[in-house]
Amino acid sequence: MFFQNLQKVLRQNIREYGMYIALFVIMLIFAITTKGTFVSARNLSNLLNQTGYIAVLAVGMTLVIVVRHIDLSVGFLAGFIGAIAAIALKSLGWPVFLVIPMVLVLGAIAGLITALPVAQLGIPSFVASLAGWLIFRGLLQLATAGTGTIIIADTAFTAIGDGFIPDIPIKILPNMHFLTLLVGVVAIVLFVMSEISRRQKQEAYSFEVLPKDIFVLKLVFISALVGAITWVLSSYNGISWTVVIMLAVTGIYHFITTQTVLGRHIYAVGGNPDAAELSGISVKRIIYVVFGSMGMLSALSGILFAARLKSATTTAGTLFELDAIAAAYVGGVSAAGGVGRVTGSIIGALVMTSLTSGMNLMNVDISYQYIVRGAVLASAVIFDVATRRASK
Amino acid sequence: MSTPILEMKNITKEFPGVKALNNVSFRVARGEIHCLVGENGAGKSTLMKVLSGVYPHGTYSGDILLGGDVQRYRGIRDSEHAGVAIIYQELALIPELTVYENIFLGNEIRNGPLVNWNETIKRAGEMLDKVRLKVNPAAKIKDLGVGKQQLVEIAKALSRDIKLLILDEPTAALNEDDSANLLDLLRGLRDQGVTCILISHKLKEVIEISDSVTVLRDGQTICTLDAHKGEVSESALIKHMVGREIDNIYPRREHKEPGEVVLEVRGWNAYDPGLGRTILRDVNLNVRRGEIVGVAGLMGSGRTELAMSIFGNPLGYQIKGELLMKGKPQSFRQPQDAISAGVAYVTEDRKGNGLILIQDVKENITLANLYAIAQRGVIDSNAEIKIANEYKVSLNIKTPSVEQRVSNLSGGNQQKVCLSKWLFVKPDLLILDEPTRGIDVGAKFEIYTLMNTLVDQGMSIIMISSELPEVLGMSDRVYIVSSGRITGELPIAEATPEKVMRLATN
Repeated sequence: MFFQNLQKVLRQNIREYGMYIALFVIMLIFAITTKGTFVSARNLSNLLNQTGYIAVLAVGMTLVIVVRHIDLSVGFLAGFIGAIAAIALKSLGWPVFLVIPMVLVLGAIAGLITALPVAQLGIPSFVASLAGWLIFRGLLQLATAGTGTIIIADTAFTAIGDGFIPDIPIKILPNMHFLTLLVGVVAIVLFVMSEISRRQKQEAYSFEVLPKDIFVLKLVFISALVGAITWVLSSYNGISWTVVIMLAVTGIYHFITTQTVLGRHIYAVGGNPDAAELSGISVKRIIYVVFGSMGMLSALSGILFAARLKSATTTAGTLFELDAIAAAYVGGVSAAGGVGRVTGSIIGALVMTSLTSGMNLMNVDISYQYIVRGAVLASAVIFDVATRRASK
Repeated sequence: MSTPILEMKNITKEFPGVKALNNVSFRVARGEIHCLVGENGAGKSTLMKVLSGVYPHGTYSGDILLGGDVQRYRGIRDSEHAGVAIIYQELALIPELTVYENIFLGNEIRNGPLVNWNETIKRAGEMLDKVRLKVNPAAKIKDLGVGKQQLVEIAKALSRDIKLLILDEPTAALNEDDSANLLDLLRGLRDQGVTCILISHKLKEVIEISDSVTVLRDGQTICTLDAHKGEVSESALIKHMVGREIDNIYPRREHKEPGEVVLEVRGWNAYDPGLGRTILRDVNLNVRRGEIVGVAGLMGSGRTELAMSIFGNPLGYQIKGELLMKGKPQSFRQPQDAISAGVAYVTEDRKGNGLILIQDVKENITLANLYAIAQRGVIDSNAEIKIANEYKVSLNIKTPSVEQRVSNLSGGNQQKVCLSKWLFVKPDLLILDEPTRGIDVGAKFEIYTLMNTLVDQGMSIIMISSELPEVLGMSDRVYIVSSGRITGELPIAEATPEKVMRLATN
């Protein structure tokens, strides 16, 4: 009975659970081939920090693809904004708390400028953002022209990329980061409570819900996963600031996309722009909002990357856009529009960085790495299209 | 009598839930101009799609005989190969290519793997002479007017070895001179031995040009009339086209004296920059509180354009004229403005621009009025489900739950979701564009009953429909639209099918 249920649920939701399974399988394979090094606390912590600057881009890119557009300019925009931040900190000597909001606003403005020809004239976003790609690349080189690499000395800033949250001075378990454990426990409790209340509500409206045993299995599985990750992290340095930012961005965007009028409008425009327009939604406005948010997240990505490298370089941001787009597709976004979750794209980003990190540990030649990542992207999209067709 | 060039025997074509063609037989004699007439939805287009292989052999029952031989087309290529050429209303030319490239597109004159351009240009010139079109073969299609483009299409068809030329409403988009010119050309081609099938809504033109006429109604052949025996006249055609009795599928309602004017448009003109022509001319129309105003007209007459131009003009027409809502002048610059002023518009194409098919029932119902169930931009999901369930019950939407994707619902239930969406914005004026197209009789009756309830509660309704019985069965007053103009306004007592059809084919 239980296994029949499990089989049925997996088959019905294969598209949604597919990427979680894929991530799990990839991590398992690397754990075996690297004799455990891949799942060591140090490597996992590193992996999450590496994912950060791609993950925030993937979140923004999810919405861009949901409204049937694309933004190729995000990589060099991130690089350029990183350089601006470095200049403001170093040459102008501005404080961090001023520099960060300033560059976020600057990023949003850049996104709005990319959206301008798309929304007003109907220029394909591929072309408009390709122009942006070239322009931001040029601007990045101009910004770093004088000095080449700009070193960032400000520790408050670099902590964003390589720092960890402080611990509270309670030592129950030796050598463990207590606050991280606490955060993990609170997260699990909140998750279980919200899932149960959601299920009760759905039952009250007699909506279809998962069979009880499968529901319990899902709760146990996800709680165990969160528990395991926090345990491993707390045995190292705990949660990094990058992870905090990544979780916050994911949480905020998940809330906006699932709970708000704005989110509903974005998905409506993606699902059927004509119907959305005739329902009183301004498609233009949604395009501006989505590209503006993409620009802001590009700036955030630039901050994370510059902080991690403790410098702004002339090549910062190269190929970020492709990693972000790949992450979004692996995470289940549909190019036909209207479908895709930000949480999926985060998983997609983790899949892509896991591949890089795992293959680096295995000393796989970079040429083969590209080929493997390309193959994974292609299979993810083929899998997505095939399951979508089957469910019709 | 010699073998007819075309004989279609006992053709039946079913779509899920609908018999589009029911045992249709159709004969066309060699060298004649044969017109095919009928109301929208009578089955003309379906019949031509069967003939041209759009619906391949095996998806319909019955036989097609061309010159006495049974044909089994697997696709359009086969029918083209056999000598059947169809020219659709929407022209299939490539605007950025030249006239000669278009004429021989897909049928290139070759020298091995290369195109023989000299021969192509020479032959294109000959074809253009044949259709009496004086243009430079090297001109680009986009630089020609619609009338000339139509002639290029015909030249393209003639460049192949064709047995049968089919034109689907060729004059719908043409002005009078171009129409006359085209009909003249068809007569000339007939004299050269080309057989031609012409689908047309313009009865005058049918009478003028046809050798024989076949009338279709509700997917059946009603009759074939011979012009040379004097059987073709306007009244005969109209009688056969609308012949069916208006049965009792329309719930009766007292025609009450309506209230104050809710919407009025005066001197309303619209120009479509995309098509490059005026689509509405001097339209004057008003709707009063508590009445159903029917807008009758054939496809392409400007009905939908009228609705779109009133409803915030999302297609970007250039509009001149006055619009008053409850006596106040308004200019709606986007659909949201119209919605805020109390107008709702249920579109004709519910899959194309009505619903978001990949979303569920509740998300579609609340889409146009999300702020009503949101606080500070956050949707109250309980309120949303409650409202969706209310509409599910009151409109009898058959769905397992309001979390069902609308793409999984039947046509009638999808239409009810559309209606729910617009009722939820609590409009004063509801514009319904083909509200019962493609839905079954039961759901139709429910929608008609709902319309009656709504006007009794004081709402006003504009119902656009090409189904004449529906317009006459439901309206208090009828406007007739033809070629972008209002050609008549009739109180329901004076509106007979013949009168309306005459004005609509004007």
